[in-house]
Amino acid sequence: MALDEYKPQKGGTEYDPEKTEFTFVGTRPDRPDGLDKVTGRAKFGADMSAPGMLHAAIVRSPHAHARIVKIDTSKAEAMKGVKAVVTRADFADDIPFKPGMGGELWNVLENVMAGEKALYDGHAVAAVAATSALEARDAAKLIEVEYEVLPHVTDVDKAMAPDAPVIRAGTRDRSVPEGFNENVVRYHESGHGDVESGFAEADLVIEDHFKTEATHQGYIEPHACLAMLGNDGKGELWCCTQGHWNVQKLCAALVGIEQSQLRVTASEIGGGFGGKTAVFIEPVALALSRKANRPVKLVMSRSEVFRATGPTASTSMDIKIGMKKDGTITAAQGTFRLQGGAFPGAPCEFTAMCAFAPYALENVHQVGYDVMTNRPKQAAYRAPGSPMAAFAVESVIDELCKQLDLDPIEVRLKNASKEGTKASYGPRFQRIGLVETLEAAKAHPHYSAPLKPGQGRGISCGFWFNHGGETSVTLAMSEDGSAQLMVGTPDIGGSRASMALMAAEELGIPYENIRVTIADTASLGYNEVSHGSRVTYASGLATIQAARDTVRKLKKRAADKWGIDEDAVYWEDGYAKPSGPNAGEFEPMHISKICAKMGATGGPIVGHYEATPEGAGVSFATHIVDAEVDPETGKTSVVRYTVVQDAGKAIHPTYVEGQYQGGAAQGIGWALNEEYIYGEDGRLQNSVFLDYRIPVASDLPMIDTVIVEVPNPGHPYGVRGVGETSICPPLAAIANAVSAAAGARLRELPMSPPRILAALEKQANG
Amino acid sequence: MSKIHVTTTVNGDEVEFLCDSRETLLDVLRDRLNLTGAKEGCGTGDCGACSVEVDGRLVCSCLMLGAEAEGKSIATVEGIAEGEELHPLQKKFIEYAALQCGICTPGILVAAKNLLERNPDPTETEVRYWLAGNLCRCTGYDKIIRAVMDTAKDMREAS
Repeated sequence: MALDEYKPQKGGTEYDPEKTEFTFVGTRPDRPDGLDKVTGRAKFGADMSAPGMLHAAIVRSPHAHARIVKIDTSKAEAMKGVKAVVTRADFADDIPFKPGMGGELWNVLENVMAGEKALYDGHAVAAVAATSALEARDAAKLIEVEYEVLPHVTDVDKAMAPDAPVIRAGTRDRSVPEGFNENVVRYHESGHGDVESGFAEADLVIEDHFKTEATHQGYIEPHACLAMLGNDGKGELWCCTQGHWNVQKLCAALVGIEQSQLRVTASEIGGGFGGKTAVFIEPVALALSRKANRPVKLVMSRSEVFRATGPTASTSMDIKIGMKKDGTITAAQGTFRLQGGAFPGAPCEFTAMCAFAPYALENVHQVGYDVMTNRPKQAAYRAPGSPMAAFAVESVIDELCKQLDLDPIEVRLKNASKEGTKASYGPRFQRIGLVETLEAAKAHPHYSAPLKPGQGRGISCGFWFNHGGETSVTLAMSEDGSAQLMVGTPDIGGSRASMALMAAEELGIPYENIRVTIADTASLGYNEVSHGSRVTYASGLATIQAARDTVRKLKKRAADKWGIDEDAVYWEDGYAKPSGPNAGEFEPMHISKICAKMGATGGPIVGHYEATPEGAGVSFATHIVDAEVDPETGKTSVVRYTVVQDAGKAIHPTYVEGQYQGGAAQGIGWALNEEYIYGEDGRLQNSVFLDYRIPVASDLPMIDTVIVEVPNPGHPYGVRGVGETSICPPLAAIANAVSAAAGARLRELPMSPPRILAALEKQANG
Repeated sequence: MSKIHVTTTVNGDEVEFLCDSRETLLDVLRDRLNLTGAKEGCGTGDCGACSVEVDGRLVCSCLMLGAEAEGKSIATVEGIAEGEELHPLQKKFIEYAALQCGICTPGILVAAKNLLERNPDPTETEVRYWLAGNLCRCTGYDKIIRAVMDTAKDMREAS
């Protein structure tokens, strides 16, 4: 979810409380693309080839901050097999620079290919296409770039200091108060009540400082694309992306062609988690292809993925919370400083707005700073901004509970946001399920299970807004009564199955009779990126509505055949039926019979739906973690993990569980191991998986899940997005477990062995 | 530069190819033999997405040169199913939703099959350590481990 898109969401398609019995929804069939994905024939980004295809490589800056004095491409161009070289001069020159997020297109271009300055280690400065991948890589080494190295900064607090080198003057927008370094480019402030009087009412006030390092989404598939662009301004692009219409829009603008003339097809996508919502290599491949007049394939190496794409913002946070002896929170205040690399856009407002959302507070105040540094442009990562806030806030609440000798779940229940609560970020909550997740966690055997010596238990709540967004779906009937469903949101984790289940539910035909296709940009109206946990909610809602549109048309054909009014026909289990004795006596007509005759009875039967649904229900989770800390090595093991989360309505419960487990696992990595490590020279020191270690199978326990279903009033079946909320509680839940196990509070992520040992030593020395 | 001529066996079929001395076995499989089932997730042997069997031994094909395949027998994910009949692991992975995005799945299936051929009755810990070289970012491994354990159980009962 991009920053400028958020608004309090209401309305949407009403939930039908009468609809509690489902035939297909809630079952667990095999996914429609299962066979392709277990046999190796599913085509991901790098799996496509074209006749006459060239391979490309990108030249990247080795400096964190440097003026580009000169780029000499002559040696590369003279090399045998080289067909094209591009630099910034080969991209659109009419995209304006504007302060803040207003110049986002300029920022995208500047990130895709550096202009006057290289802004981070790994920033693209030139690219080359040649007849083989090896030749392209050799040619890239022949491109000579002369740099004038500039002072750099990579830490958020240092970047805010008055004497820090300024990344780009003129970027800050008008929200930023006077007196800050120009690297502070956006400012957010929100809340209500009077926190000072709230703190005065408290029996205990704790104020603490927290830091989190940047982490990478860590999708296993590097960015990859295959591009063809002619000098007639018509192009074809195949790429792994979370949103191909967004790719179409951005690429067309960056290479200066009409949007509709670029057809983008989304490959199967090997993970995204928010990191594949932007463009990086796609415009470069298009520019190279235009110059060479041949198809160009461009695939990132893992090191390029780490250096130049995706990481989260890193943070520096101050939290102050006041609590009465009975557990009532009297006031809460947070300051959240986020660095998002050399561009504006770190989600400081999301961090601030999510921080205290689980709690009904009379006095709350939050401030966010978006800060630029010499690092890659941050990208969304699963509930962008929220997990860090939860880490800080839920750590302080845990400490308050400990010092006041209160049960952490009881305290959270006492203060929990409910329907009608004025949220810390402004609007009043509609129906939400936080209390239900806390009650389920309290009742779960995990919460009362005995701990072994050296182990500690932590809990945390988490919150995410969820999102709707522009959505377009088409459902076309075939003559045999089977259905082709076209959706525009790439299937990242089983969404074809959820869509087929919802279509089957409405049409009343078997799940297997529905073929779900992820349509290309030329075959469907605009679809927003698969982000904001929106797919099962928004594409699902559109699928239901497109199926209902189809059913209306099917009923009309039956009504015409029977010579009765279409209102006198109802639809049940795949049959058109006369609605009662007054409608007349007719044999129910099966969908296959209606479709067999559709050519002669009015033409093809196609249902569709286009909308921007705004009823994405917010979602909450509560996690329970048991951790064991080895005081000798500082290594932490997660020994038991339970996720409790509100799904609204689980369409395919197995894939909902999968989202819960995957979010928890990514959170475990973020909490314990993963971090961007920059050297004094501003270069990323751990740009391979060996050094940036994500959780492996032997690091993790089984991850237990509890699906709570409190219906979302904005979806016909009550669906809430489930993808993102699952990564919000783990950082804090693990930190609380580690603190309980180690007897020392960890305030900095990751809680890697050196940090744990330092905390233990500090504790021992008083 | 002249290329190297290599004769090898892939999924039971004899194949010949010419490759550059710098090309990895993974490059050859994907770009010369059009077997794109094995994936390149890292190119440094850390992620296991390119796992194949070479003479029955599990290897990262990104860490082996194409030229080294001379005279060897290579098995990839494309050869796991027998005709239209999926391997029990493939069936179980679909049934258990042991994949989300599916990019790590080919490598994990090759690795898991290799494990079960060596050890038909692995403990959970043995499965977790055997698959520790295969990164999955989507699932948290829970459903993968269950799928492998339950396949092993089914195969033991069937034999």
